[in-house]
Amino acid sequence: MSDHALDVSMTINGERVAERVEPRKTLVDFLRDDLGLTGSHVGCEHGVCGACTMRVDGAIVRGCLMLAVQCEGAQVETIEGLSDSGEIADLQAAFEARNALQCGYCTPGMIAAAQDLLKRAEETKSVPSRDDIREHLSGNYCRCTGYHAIVDAVEAVALARAGK
Amino acid sequence: MKITPDSPPTLTALDRPNSYIGRSVPRPNLHRLTQGRGLYVSDVALPRMAHVAFVRSPHAHARIKSIAADAAKNSPGVIAVVTGAELAKVMTPWVGVLTHLKGLKSAPQSPIAVNVACWQGEAVCAVVARSRAQAEDACELVEVSYEELPAVTDPETALDPKTPVIHASLGDNLCFERKLDVGSVDKAFAESDAVVETTFMFGRHTGVTTEPRAVVADWNEGERRMTVYHATQAPHMMQDLFAKHLSLAADQVRVLTKDVGGSFGIKVHTYADEMATVALSKLLRRPVKFVADRIESFVTDIHARDHRVKAKIGVKKDGTITAFEIDDLTGIGPYSVYPRTSGIEANQVVILTGGPYTCANYRAQARVVFTNKNVMCQYRAVGHPIAVAVTEGLVELAAAKIGMDPLELRRRNLIADDAYPCASAAGLKFEQLSHHEALAHLDAMMNYAGLRAEQKKLRGQGIYRGIGFASFIEVTNPSAAFYGVGGARISSQDGATVKLDSQGAVTVHSGVTEQGQGAESVLAQCVATSFGVSMDKVRVITGDTDNTPYGGGTWASRAAGIGGEAAWQAGKALRGNVLAVAGAMLQAKPEDLDIRNGVVVDKATDTERLSLEELARVAYFRPDTLAPGFQAELMATRHYVPRAWPFAFTNGIQASYLEVDTDTGFVKLLKHWCIEDCGTIINPQLVDEQIRGGVVQGIGAALFEQCLYDERGQMLNGNMADYLVPMAAEMPDITCGHVVSPTADSELGAKGAGEAGTAGAPACIMNAINDALRPLGAHPLTDMPFTPGKILRALGKV
Repeated sequence: MSDHALDVSMTINGERVAERVEPRKTLVDFLRDDLGLTGSHVGCEHGVCGACTMRVDGAIVRGCLMLAVQCEGAQVETIEGLSDSGEIADLQAAFEARNALQCGYCTPGMIAAAQDLLKRAEETKSVPSRDDIREHLSGNYCRCTGYHAIVDAVEAVALARAGK
Repeated sequence: MKITPDSPPTLTALDRPNSYIGRSVPRPNLHRLTQGRGLYVSDVALPRMAHVAFVRSPHAHARIKSIAADAAKNSPGVIAVVTGAELAKVMTPWVGVLTHLKGLKSAPQSPIAVNVACWQGEAVCAVVARSRAQAEDACELVEVSYEELPAVTDPETALDPKTPVIHASLGDNLCFERKLDVGSVDKAFAESDAVVETTFMFGRHTGVTTEPRAVVADWNEGERRMTVYHATQAPHMMQDLFAKHLSLAADQVRVLTKDVGGSFGIKVHTYADEMATVALSKLLRRPVKFVADRIESFVTDIHARDHRVKAKIGVKKDGTITAFEIDDLTGIGPYSVYPRTSGIEANQVVILTGGPYTCANYRAQARVVFTNKNVMCQYRAVGHPIAVAVTEGLVELAAAKIGMDPLELRRRNLIADDAYPCASAAGLKFEQLSHHEALAHLDAMMNYAGLRAEQKKLRGQGIYRGIGFASFIEVTNPSAAFYGVGGARISSQDGATVKLDSQGAVTVHSGVTEQGQGAESVLAQCVATSFGVSMDKVRVITGDTDNTPYGGGTWASRAAGIGGEAAWQAGKALRGNVLAVAGAMLQAKPEDLDIRNGVVVDKATDTERLSLEELARVAYFRPDTLAPGFQAELMATRHYVPRAWPFAFTNGIQASYLEVDTDTGFVKLLKHWCIEDCGTIINPQLVDEQIRGGVVQGIGAALFEQCLYDERGQMLNGNMADYLVPMAAEMPDITCGHVVSPTADSELGAKGAGEAGTAGAPACIMNAINDALRPLGAHPLTDMPFTPGKILRALGKV
């Protein structure tokens, strides 16, 4: 640990965490390496692939483009927390039923991004179209599925949540 | 869409009670992945684990004059700084050749470059530290003095006498050459009514797996045993290679592979930095982890498809194809990749071109040359995207030249569905294909006539849409003919062990691996069906050389067809063993009994006789109650390898419908269709998703992906911002359809389905773009990827 390490505290998946971290450490490296929260994945480390998508203070962010020290006092939610709370259970079930994942490496980030879209749609009482879904997920790279099944799964949940 | 649950079909291809064959059951291993609870190698952390980062050559070709490491050694957290010469004491070099690719040659390759670095990105020094960040910090402090050497970067001039030879010991820069001349090609061209000649260019591209390559090696000096957590497609192959080059016995090496974040052929090769990591663990006697970062991935993950193909087709006025001729040139980097070699892709281009058609006149030449760029090797659909694009590109250009509909020209030349078994001009043996049925199915499914009418109408409004097709054949279920006969220790057979536990549930151990394609689900479906239990009673274990039968792993679309058949047979064998126990317990003839839904029943009446749990209880805990001399055997192993055919060829046809913006050169994909015949379909959903994912990978090659190098061998776009991959917004919905021609080589009859999408999609997109632009008089585009700039140039707008 370098001399420049800083104390930082935040709430991660509902748990208060206080750690000493190097200022250069990204949020996703902090979660994975220091806290063992390996559900957020590292794909490109420059904000393009979306594998480290997570929620900070209610907004989805790239865990590789945010530093851990920027999260002082923040509410951080990862795939582990979103799973445990049950908030995305229907999305997870739809991804499984539709085989909307193959290797699964992009999936935690993909589901976090999809949930962001669906939450906004619920707030505006709208149902996103397939094109809306494709557009919203266009920052999340999946090499396996070709996206069709992912769009199917998200669309199915969007319709179900809207009671259609 | 709404998701409809799977329900059992009334009759299945393999008609057992409670059959899972032909059903879209969800994969049992998905829960942990959707919850972020997978275990990828990048997640693995072990006590005392160190991290390695590599100093990599900034030059395409350079002599390493000196390495000054003192400053790095004193950097915080550093455990060791190791050069190629030092690591050579622990690990022997390797040479990527196969004897059945006659004349193929390559030079010895070391885990870390010794004396000379041969491509930009080759590791020249390793730094091991307590964290990856510390290792990278120290890499900055290693001072390497280089003498830059001339770089060979253009395959076209690689064989010129004045071009420097990369490996002096080889004499020249030729890795491999293949020639074929069948029928009377010159006569056929002379007698043709039209001849089309063009040059196809294929962009060098790569797999861009979402999880980069990763390995954790753990040498235990106390056990004298190496455990390697490895994101690989072929654990047993890697066990063999790690052992060989560390001078260990194979049983001193255990390879563990759990979740793998995408592979597509990228993770089936020997990588110098992964070999170095394993050697470092032996040297340092502690666990060492290496995870490639994205830039390292771009300059060291194998590349593929950098081919230039001069090609020619002859055709009669009635549409009869008279001859094909190709001249393929490919630059594969400085080494043929071990152990599969870098000659296979060109060889595939030679043997697959023209493959769907009856045309008997075919001449081909392929030359594989060394260059100072990153190495190339087998990537999803090896050679197929090139052979299919060349063949189908020529077919549609010929159709346009004689004014015939492209589907009609195919109908007149595709091998008839009742002509099998037969062979192609290049000598490929086909058991049973279905080109015509697939074409008819596609024609109807896409409403071809309706689309043509729409296309014509829109052209009148200045909207340019194109329809493109690609018929294809695909190599699947390879026998020993692919690698084994050439001396590579790559298993074409695979095994499955099935055992009954003490509560009547079943565990399957298989040599194939799960890369996300659904292999574990397929294995569970096969065993559940052939043994006779519900799928929730079947647990699958793969990716552990200590605990699975020896096998080849996952590549060349073999996991379902070969691994699935072994599992199917092992399930049957265990059923026989269990019914022998049941017969002994019930005083019945085993042949009068069956296992259905986890219960031993009378075969004829379906009457319940005995639960598996009760049978297991007696067999394991009260064997004293069984007849004297009777021994229950509640584990069975079966192996399978294709023997009747060298490969189980599959076939199909794809179509693309797209719109070209003639002002911007952008291509909008409207719809894609694929009809495929992979024999017996074990899980329709998994097959369709393999096709969809494969199609999109092929679309990437056609429209976006290219590893750009300058003339000095520097990669210019080694990051995901500059190297474009398909994302959701640009991709079309993809409709799949099937024809089923099972192979008689196995009881299941399943052929592979993993690569067909990638094989056909680039050709389809190319043909659709050219179809869209034909009325504008554009010169046909044959240089992938088809970027907006190239399209505007073809239109004469820039």
